[in-house]
Amino acid sequence: MSDFAQLELALDQPLASDSPVEAAVFLLHAGEQALENWLLAKDRQPTDALREGFRILALHRQGAKGDPSFNACRETARELVYHYNLVRLDPDHAKTGHRLQMMQLLARHLVFFIGGKLQEAGLGEFCCAAKPVRLNSI
Amino acid sequence: MQTRKEKYKTVAYYPGCALEGTAQPYNTSTKAIAKELDLELQEIENWNCCGAMEVKNIDPEIQTYLSSRVLSLAKNETKQDVVMAPCNGCYHNLKKAEYDIENKQKSRDVVEKISKKADHPAYEAGEVETIHALDWIKFGYGEEELRAKIKGGLKGLKVANYYGCMYTRPRHIFPEKDQGGDSESTSKPHYMDDLLEIAGAVNVDFAMKTACCGGAHTLSDSDMSTKLVLNILQAAEAAGAEVIATECPTCHSGLEMHQIRALKRLSKQTNVKVIYFTQLLGMAMGLSPRKVGLHENVSDSMKFIREKGIA
Repeated sequence: MSDFAQLELALDQPLASDSPVEAAVFLLHAGEQALENWLLAKDRQPTDALREGFRILALHRQGAKGDPSFNACRETARELVYHYNLVRLDPDHAKTGHRLQMMQLLARHLVFFIGGKLQEAGLGEFCCAAKPVRLNSI
Repeated sequence: MQTRKEKYKTVAYYPGCALEGTAQPYNTSTKAIAKELDLELQEIENWNCCGAMEVKNIDPEIQTYLSSRVLSLAKNETKQDVVMAPCNGCYHNLKKAEYDIENKQKSRDVVEKISKKADHPAYEAGEVETIHALDWIKFGYGEEELRAKIKGGLKGLKVANYYGCMYTRPRHIFPEKDQGGDSESTSKPHYMDDLLEIAGAVNVDFAMKTACCGGAHTLSDSDMSTKLVLNILQAAEAAGAEVIATECPTCHSGLEMHQIRALKRLSKQTNVKVIYFTQLLGMAMGLSPRKVGLHENVSDSMKFIREKGIA
């Protein structure tokens, strides 16, 4: 499993595969790995279960348990799945390149968001920039 | 029974701190629209901070109290049953307070205790309905009526509608959403899309409508905020958008500031413009860019708007 820095680097590059389906699988898997990193950092074993047919959605649900603010990336994960489905269903579609580009941006968003939340975990809620500042000023 | 159109015709207006600061153009354009549409905004006198993110993180019950005081003022001082909050953070917090007071004894106890000390009536659940500026225009004025009010229109301007993370989350504090019919969707919000389409925009399929802008991360990790924002800007451009329409002051200023920062720090340029939906609606109705405060935006779109023939 790749860590956040590796994922960020991989998602910053042009897609390696010429096969749209392979590229879509890679991008969906990148999103899964971001969620796996989150769960492992919380000492929780990432699930292998599927939700609505996708592991990434099961991983997100697992990651959001006890941390409602984690739902701020729920739709990002769902959009990733949506675009994955579009590519899988019709890899030769004229918009496949665009859909893969969206997947890449969505996967990156997951990596940034979850990476950011992890950085903040020791400082306070992600959704409060004031707390670390306040603590440092005491 | 009152229709929403009747009910939202006159509302208690809660601008919140942001609209008196960095989001002044949102305030200006909201008031300009109210005047144009003959909707009455009665600003709550002596309103206080909703508790924003800072207080909530330190003590969520105090945040509930702070928001409840605003609701209490709306009911008892402004004498209104509806409070309209254009800021997503305020809207979210008032909704959360409503939910907590209705469902948690501890919240009720804290609100009662501090309200008594502060010498004002404690807010009781159900006394006031909190709505967003989107609800206010969509139902208080009406979509067909709005269509008739459009003058020059947005002339096919390609818009990515960006709602941010607080307008729909967490779902349980927005019981009126996801109810089918004309209710708002929490997974694919569309009220802003609906209004701007009426105003003549072409809404692009935007995959990051509710993605996190990293707004609260700005102080503690600016680089991460810049990356998150850059991603949103790039996704909007990839979707073909010329403009990102916003309805949240935190998102709006984050997009504007980090668009500049992305160029300086990461050498990544994006050209998509960032404009409040109220500014776009106002201009579509024939109001001048200055009248809707466009000149006060950090993201300079005056020239662009003129080139598009919108003003």
